Amino acid sequence: MEQQNININVAKREKDNKDLRVKVEARDLDLWYSDNHALRNINMDIYEKKITSFIGASGCGKSTFLRCLNRMNDLISDVTIKGKISVDGHNIYAPGVDEVAVRKKIGMVFQQPNPFPKSIYENVAYAPLMHDIVKKGSDCDELVENSLKGAGLWEEVKDKLKEPGTALSGGQQQRLCIARTIAVKPDIILMDEPTSALDPISTQTIESLMLSLKEQFTIIVVTHNMQQATRVADYTAFFHLGEIIEYNETEQIFINPQVSKTEQYITGQFG
Amino acid sequence: MEKNDDYFYIPQLKKRNRNGKIFKWVCASALISALFFLFIFLFDMVRQGYPAFTQAYIETEVTFNEDLKSNPYSAFDSDSFSIISRAWMRGLPRMMDEDPSLKGTEQKIWALANAEVDQYIKGHPHKLRDREQKIVDRMLEEGSIESKFNVIFFLTGDSKIPENAGFYSAIIGSLLTLLVTMTIAVPIGIMTAIYLEEFAPDNKFTQFIEININNLAAIPSILFGLLGLAIFIIFFGVPRSSPLVGGMTLALMSLPIIIVSSKAALKSVPATIRQAGFGLGLTRWQIVRDHVLPLSLPGMLTGSIIALAQAIGETAPLIIVGMIAFVPDAATNILEPATVMPAQIYTWSGMPERMYIEKTAAGILVLLTILLSMNGVAIYLRKKFHTKW
Amino acid sequence: MSNELLYLLFFGGLFPLMFIAYIIGKNKAISLTNKNIKMHSQPSQYGWFVSLYTGLPIITITVVGVFLYLFDIHLLPPFMLISFALSLGAVSLVFLNKAINKDTKARNLVEGFIEGLLLLATFVSILTTFGILISILFEAIEFFRRESFFNFIFGTTWNPDTAFLEGAGRGGEEVASAKFGAVPIFAGTFYITGIAMLVAVPIGVFTAIFMSEYASETLRDRIKPILEILAGIPTVVYGFFAAITVAPLLVDFFASLGLKASYESALGAGIVMGIMIVPIIASLSDDVINAVPKNVKQGSLALGMNKAETIRFVVLPSAMPGIIAATLLGVSRALGETMIVVMAASLRPNLTMNPLEDMTTVTVKIVEVLVGDQAFDSSLTLSAFALGLVLFVITLVINIVSIYTIRKFHKKYKISNL
Repeated sequence: MEQQNININVAKREKDNKDLRVKVEARDLDLWYSDNHALRNINMDIYEKKITSFIGASGCGKSTFLRCLNRMNDLISDVTIKGKISVDGHNIYAPGVDEVAVRKKIGMVFQQPNPFPKSIYENVAYAPLMHDIVKKGSDCDELVENSLKGAGLWEEVKDKLKEPGTALSGGQQQRLCIARTIAVKPDIILMDEPTSALDPISTQTIESLMLSLKEQFTIIVVTHNMQQATRVADYTAFFHLGEIIEYNETEQIFINPQVSKTEQYITGQFG
Repeated sequence: MEKNDDYFYIPQLKKRNRNGKIFKWVCASALISALFFLFIFLFDMVRQGYPAFTQAYIETEVTFNEDLKSNPYSAFDSDSFSIISRAWMRGLPRMMDEDPSLKGTEQKIWALANAEVDQYIKGHPHKLRDREQKIVDRMLEEGSIESKFNVIFFLTGDSKIPENAGFYSAIIGSLLTLLVTMTIAVPIGIMTAIYLEEFAPDNKFTQFIEININNLAAIPSILFGLLGLAIFIIFFGVPRSSPLVGGMTLALMSLPIIIVSSKAALKSVPATIRQAGFGLGLTRWQIVRDHVLPLSLPGMLTGSIIALAQAIGETAPLIIVGMIAFVPDAATNILEPATVMPAQIYTWSGMPERMYIEKTAAGILVLLTILLSMNGVAIYLRKKFHTKW
Repeated sequence: MSNELLYLLFFGGLFPLMFIAYIIGKNKAISLTNKNIKMHSQPSQYGWFVSLYTGLPIITITVVGVFLYLFDIHLLPPFMLISFALSLGAVSLVFLNKAINKDTKARNLVEGFIEGLLLLATFVSILTTFGILISILFEAIEFFRRESFFNFIFGTTWNPDTAFLEGAGRGGEEVASAKFGAVPIFAGTFYITGIAMLVAVPIGVFTAIFMSEYASETLRDRIKPILEILAGIPTVVYGFFAAITVAPLLVDFFASLGLKASYESALGAGIVMGIMIVPIIASLSDDVINAVPKNVKQGSLALGMNKAETIRFVVLPSAMPGIIAATLLGVSRALGETMIVVMAASLRPNLTMNPLEDMTTVTVKIVEVLVGDQAFDSSLTLSAFALGLVLFVITLVINIVSIYTIRKFHKKYKISNL
């Protein structure tokens, strides 16, 4: 039974891509919110420098699982987590691992753009300075510039770095949040419905940004929008009631789903 | 497969987390110091105040005759005279009037000791002379001096004779004042809140009123006293020192607090209930009367109790409207001069005799007990009727 | 005619008349309905309509009349006034009863009446503000007509003792003229307020941070009522504590350091006042810190910041306007605090920077002046109102700045329970 589960959960590797490497491994992961069994026996391999998307109806556990990957669930009391998640073979839930250090390695972008009530410059420079990645001065300026360029925001804000980040438009704010995330130089970027609060044009910008970011980062994105998954994701996992029903190359999931539940969802019969 | 090394490593993380811990402790110590103060304060008040709840009595022989009636002091020898309360002696003729069978008899009764004897027995600083101390010591051995529960404190009003001073008239005065405050402030406050929350259009004038109310809540209380003096007493001719003028002044003071909390209570009723009412073709007033008001009443009640508790403890404006007059007898209506609990506390705290200090602290204990029970009721109501929408 | 009889006449006329009006109005509506006329409102609403609009002219005329008496304008003797009001009510009852037909919008008229009543209640709070202003302003103006405004604001000597001699008609050349230089009084007020804020702001803000960021839900539920107790302690009690317990402690403490402290030192009054203000600042700051959106905090945590760093870099800057507003309200409260300083600070205006010396405040002076048996028109008595005016203006400005800041903060975070 369990063996079978793993077979379903772990996506088939692309046949023509020999150098595909596993970045994140989830094994036998279970999660409870007090008595509510929110994630059931999750087993999953996520590949390096690819975009993996999680889809499913609301309440299916996709965001919860995403938050497990950088231990954001630690903030909620009453959460019990069993099982293992490793990054490059290092268990992030191992005793002695500081969740703060985990989050430095695994950044996150949220549904609502949430810039800090500080200047654009400080928004980006804050974390690298704290983590001692750079010292104050020209190194830091360079990092801020590169990060903003990486997020495709530099041209728009280079003359107003001192202005508050909250004064930018929604789409710009979200790119600022991406810039401050990549400034920390994480390995993995988690995105929790990053475009659901944005207009279509900003969404398009963010999506093309995601495609360019996968050159350097492993990206995991939760989305409500199935079209978005087909546009950006290399792999897609379909969650239902706390379980992974199907996980495969995005094309396979949408063209040739193996499980009838998946088909029902992508054809809009529920969700 | 699993490796335990420095994969998740950030330079200086240890130091940063240590700083974080220090920060947490700074925050905790702020809270602890506030709680510590409260503890010290309550402890100090109880320590100072509890002796006032007992008072020394001396067993003494009294011959009830006509002499006693005309000059009660003459019935006592100089030794007794120096240790028995004069206020008690003056009460003897009345005792005789009330119980004619006493006449012509000789009775052993417990007489109220004077303040110095009381303080001496309690081990506080006192002004007894050596000779008197010896008498008291001897009587203590004989068991003819006893500390008994201090009924006088709860049954009499203020007095210039410390052992005869009580809190009763202040309690009654506070009660009358509170009655006036409540009758004026609660209905007006709730009506204002209903208007602002349910009827008022969102325009500059409404905003002005709201800012005015918030400002009123933060205006120094003593300025309300000036209003009471200039407008209520001098212009309208309300009697000075009366619970009426005090209550009216305090009503204006508690009004903004009641309005703000009532508004919050109305606001917490979800808009869907109003929409449902409009959907049924009810008018705005009918919705408010039948649906919104019953739901927000517990919240309004809680806010009103808290505001009134604050009013009971208020002193400054009442001093200005003359409620610190020396009032030995409890007021019987809202137009007579009266004093209130905090004003009595203030008056006693300024008295030179040592005994008034413990009376002050005892008065504070009574006042705090009343306030705490009011707040307790408010908190209980809030918990009980708390609805999550 | 005695007052009791007048009350009897007024209420004895008003209530029966309104009751009769209710019955008549309702019956008229019922009888119309029985004739198969479709009425706009319910019969009882017609009853209320007639009743309320019968009472309205009676009460209005009586109230206006009473006010005119207070201004010494006697248009009618009291008995005539009330009789006139009552008969007018009766006339309007008859008129209204005749006027009822199927198009009378009784419900709207009754609800209009109620809304008017609510609006009237709202005016009480505005009248209070103006009442305070007026009661201070006239006396203060009178004061400044007698004494120099310039000297009041900039003079450093407060020596009004001779003013009461002048008031008693004994002012003469041999008596030095009174001096009303209020600078030492203002200085003392601000100094003690400053000490209070040094105590209150750190304790209050850090307590708020602990409560909203670190304390568990259960701990919070237990501590909140305790802080409410602290907020509910009457100031006269704080004053007693400051005078009887804190002052001797401070004197002993500084004596052991070889310093001489007054029993009425600014420090003692300031510390206790600070503790009084802690719950005000703590609970307001707690509100604003709680209002900082969760997702901004999570943004910082997701970058690998620990909790304390997140609080310092993200939470506090977001909450800062609210914290400043809370502090301002605390300042306003401290400036106007009366009982603590009356009991624990001194009466002597003293211009000094030494916190161990005694000082006085505006509120102490107001109480001192108004409690004594002063002639109401002496300069000394009037000086209390001048001090009161200054206090009013300063606290008004602080309050309004603070209220605007909080309102802006709440608008920004879409919360609206100030």
